[in-house]
Amino acid sequence: MKAHLLYRDRDLDLGAPEPPGSADLVQDLELETLLAAMARGDAYLNDVARRAILAGLDDPAAVRYRQAILADGLAHPGLLSELYLLAVETIEAEKRIWGGFGLSAQSVLRRSVQALELFAGQLRRLRAIADQRAREVESEGLRTFFAMLQDQLDDAYLAGVDEHIERLRFRYGVALSARLGPANRGADYVLRTPRRRRPSLRERIGLGDGKSYVYQVPDRDEAGFAALSAIEERGLGLAADALARSTDHILDFFRLLRAELGVYVGWLNLQARLTELRAPTCLPEPLAPGQLDLETAGLYDPCLLLVSGQAVVGNDVAAPGRALIVVTGANRGGKSTFLRSLGLAQLMLRAGCFVAASSFRADLRTSLFSHFRREEDSSLQSGKFDEELVRMRAIVDHLDGGSLLLLNESFAATNEREGSEIARQVVHALLERGVKVCFVTHMFDLADGFWREGRPDALFLRAERRPDGTRTFRLVEARPLPTSFGQDVYRRVFDLPREAAVVPGGG
Amino acid sequence: MEAPNAPPETSDTLEASSRTPEAPGPPAPPVSVLDLTPTPPQDPAASLADAPPDWFHDLHLDDIEAALTAGREDFELRPFFRSPLTSRDAIVYRHEVFRDLERPEVRATITAFAERMAAMRGQLARANKVHVDLERQRWLLDAAGTYQEAVERLQDGLAATRPDARGLRRLGAFLETYVAGPSFADLGRDISTVRAGLDGITYRLAISGGQVRVSRYEHEPDYGAHVLATFERFSQGATERYMFRSGQGQDMNHVEAEILERVALLYPAPFAALRTFCADHTDFLDPTVARFDREVQFYLAYLEYLAPIRAAGLAIAYPEIDEAHATLDVRSAYDLALASLRVGEGATVVPNDLALAGPERIIVVSGPNQGGKTTFARTVGQLHHLALVGCPVAAASARLPLVDRIFTHFEREEDLQEQSGKLEDDLRRIHRILDEATSRSLLVINESFASTTLQDALFLSTEVLRSVIACGLWCVTVTFLDELASLGPETVSMVSSVDPDDPTRRTFKVIRRPADGLAYAMAVAEKHGLTYAQLTGRRR
Repeated sequence: MKAHLLYRDRDLDLGAPEPPGSADLVQDLELETLLAAMARGDAYLNDVARRAILAGLDDPAAVRYRQAILADGLAHPGLLSELYLLAVETIEAEKRIWGGFGLSAQSVLRRSVQALELFAGQLRRLRAIADQRAREVESEGLRTFFAMLQDQLDDAYLAGVDEHIERLRFRYGVALSARLGPANRGADYVLRTPRRRRPSLRERIGLGDGKSYVYQVPDRDEAGFAALSAIEERGLGLAADALARSTDHILDFFRLLRAELGVYVGWLNLQARLTELRAPTCLPEPLAPGQLDLETAGLYDPCLLLVSGQAVVGNDVAAPGRALIVVTGANRGGKSTFLRSLGLAQLMLRAGCFVAASSFRADLRTSLFSHFRREEDSSLQSGKFDEELVRMRAIVDHLDGGSLLLLNESFAATNEREGSEIARQVVHALLERGVKVCFVTHMFDLADGFWREGRPDALFLRAERRPDGTRTFRLVEARPLPTSFGQDVYRRVFDLPREAAVVPGGG
Repeated sequence: MEAPNAPPETSDTLEASSRTPEAPGPPAPPVSVLDLTPTPPQDPAASLADAPPDWFHDLHLDDIEAALTAGREDFELRPFFRSPLTSRDAIVYRHEVFRDLERPEVRATITAFAERMAAMRGQLARANKVHVDLERQRWLLDAAGTYQEAVERLQDGLAATRPDARGLRRLGAFLETYVAGPSFADLGRDISTVRAGLDGITYRLAISGGQVRVSRYEHEPDYGAHVLATFERFSQGATERYMFRSGQGQDMNHVEAEILERVALLYPAPFAALRTFCADHTDFLDPTVARFDREVQFYLAYLEYLAPIRAAGLAIAYPEIDEAHATLDVRSAYDLALASLRVGEGATVVPNDLALAGPERIIVVSGPNQGGKTTFARTVGQLHHLALVGCPVAAASARLPLVDRIFTHFEREEDLQEQSGKLEDDLRRIHRILDEATSRSLLVINESFASTTLQDALFLSTEVLRSVIACGLWCVTVTFLDELASLGPETVSMVSSVDPDDPTRRTFKVIRRPADGLAYAMAVAEKHGLTYAQLTGRRR
């Protein structure tokens, strides 16, 4: 029985390592803010949300499989959380079963029987939900899941589970078969079906078919009783092993169910919060890798919204067939925010989640990396530029032709001429390998160099600045300009009028 | 999967067949892989009295012996390592076995045999220890089974690998006759018949309260498997098994014995066959097989000891034995005991060459302290001893005279009470050695008379060495007295050396060149700016 709510044909791998570069992405895209909104303080939800968002899909059908389940969740409020809470409750209740001290066969068996009683009840509840909701849902994932519950947990099966619970109490002793091992001692013990009913009087007094011999441990022979129960424990050990492994299986089922449902519960939490803040969300349109495309309206950074709580500016971008997006323009004009919103949208798209935009269509990239200029990396001895190059080297080692690379003021830790030259060589090499690059830079020499190449696969966006110096935080398609408008910031911070600009070389 | 429930019912077929008594023939000559001309096997305890030779401790051979015999105490291998052989052929006889055992396929055969014999001894020991008859009989049966398999596989293995060693060929010939003989064939047939009977038994226990009911097992499902199958559908992947410690002791207890008796009542025929087997085959172990089992441990122990040393890249050579006493020529020799320690610590040792030809008989080793002089002298002694007991030696190549005895004269531990008598004691010891030594002996001297005055030491050492020259024996002497290095054409000077670039660093290389005790001191002085030229700013 597989829940398969995240993948049509496999489980969420809770032990999988995060893809390379994840730590940088989390930091650069401020992903913790997004995860916190999904988790609402629940560390477990935070963990599964993180796994799901970082381990993206590159098959549009797989993405749509999740989107459909998410759509069911949005259409039937309470459905996914009811299932999720059932799984959580089961796992928590199992944890509370007192196992006694030590790990003897007896105590493991007793605990496992209790666990099995708990599971039997919860499985009946799960069946009931399936019976009730199976016809409401439309997604392939939930339909299959409910059908599986109805099929695998039918009444006959649940009755069989009850019978096992009864026999495994061993009310009427333990039956074993054995062979002769070394020293003619018992070996290859196999547990035989325990009785459900009391043996008959004839059986009890040893009358019978003449093919059995009874040994009764004499009263007061304590060593004898201990020796006999040691053999009995062999049988109980076999039962305990089989049962404990069985209850482990069932527990694993609930655990995985919890994890997979937890991903959707987190997304629904985030969706509810964004809706509260009156921000739009949409189910994006995934395109197959290689179909270079990007078309979005109202793309915003949900993290910025969650932190500020105030309406943020969305961007409209159309970049069909573009492998290189160069973002230039005014300082504090929304360049980094745009880069983050693009990265988050790609991550959420790949995860099968909704996206923070009014509409979004893009090709699925096989992996995602970020290389942001780090402002405070004082712990590193090797020097900033060296550190930048070390990070870039590590990223390049993991890039493949389907990757998306987000560069934010990379190579700016040295002088512009050197930085530009290195950046130019790196970007050209990556583009030739098929990597999609979005580069935020204030280096005019670099950005304008790309412009002058006249590449058809490049898009140039510029942070908009009105003639009066105010920012719209909106990006427009435009050729890079030779200054970055740092004066404007200076002026505003120092509360200077525009005419009073005294910065050398400004204006 | 259910075990077949088919205990053999026809008890007649289980009776061990009556055997024809073997015709008495002339006693076969004893077979030994250690001795070229073996004597009849003796009680290992009889040779226990062999004390280690006098030179054993000084040459660190006791360390080697301890490592070799660790875990093999029962075989009492020490006499073999302590008793030098007296002919080249006796030594070569052992080399042949070593060389065969270095072939992986021969080694595997012998190792497997040794392991089976060890298991067999364990089973026999249990048979002798336990009190429940039905248990004891089974141990005996299993011991016989292990033995029979050990012998058969050994014979097959030797036939297939065709060893070259005379010792192993003799053993192979013996085994061929023995395995084909009637008593061994009877043993094998009886073992398999009785085992098949016992293995066919499956019984059933129903335990409730203080009562156990023993019955024949009839087909029933495996309930544990049934439970697992019921819940298998929930499996999300592999889970771990639960293992419980058995509360049952190492030996059969009385409740198990009572159960076993009842099993025997339910299945009488196989147990009757077991009883008959034990009556017929109490002494299944052949003395020649037992002797080989012990003797081959000598080889296995030594090869196991060498393995890590070889793995560290150090060479091992089969020495050429020169009965004519013409030359001594060794390349890349090292201290085996030291190498064993160092390799264990991930370090290594420095090998050295030495050669004596023509009139040369005495190596005088001098040079800086801690430079490897004593190790060098010890190495020469070890080479000879290990060669004499038929072992490959710690060198890349070795040509050694067949010495009749080894003498060592090492500084004894300082004993404060005996300080005054020390010189006398030293002299008495050296005197006794010179009395007993022949021109075919080896003498290793380490810093004799170091505790006396320089004048005395020089006088005494010169006198002793003159006597050694007169006696004509092979000698290595470590000394701080340069003068000894040039006593005559018999002496060869070797010096422990230092790194020319850093004179304070020892290389542990001992090389043949004139004694130059001052060179090292001058180098150290120079390093500290204390040479004449440095102090005065001008040349002498």
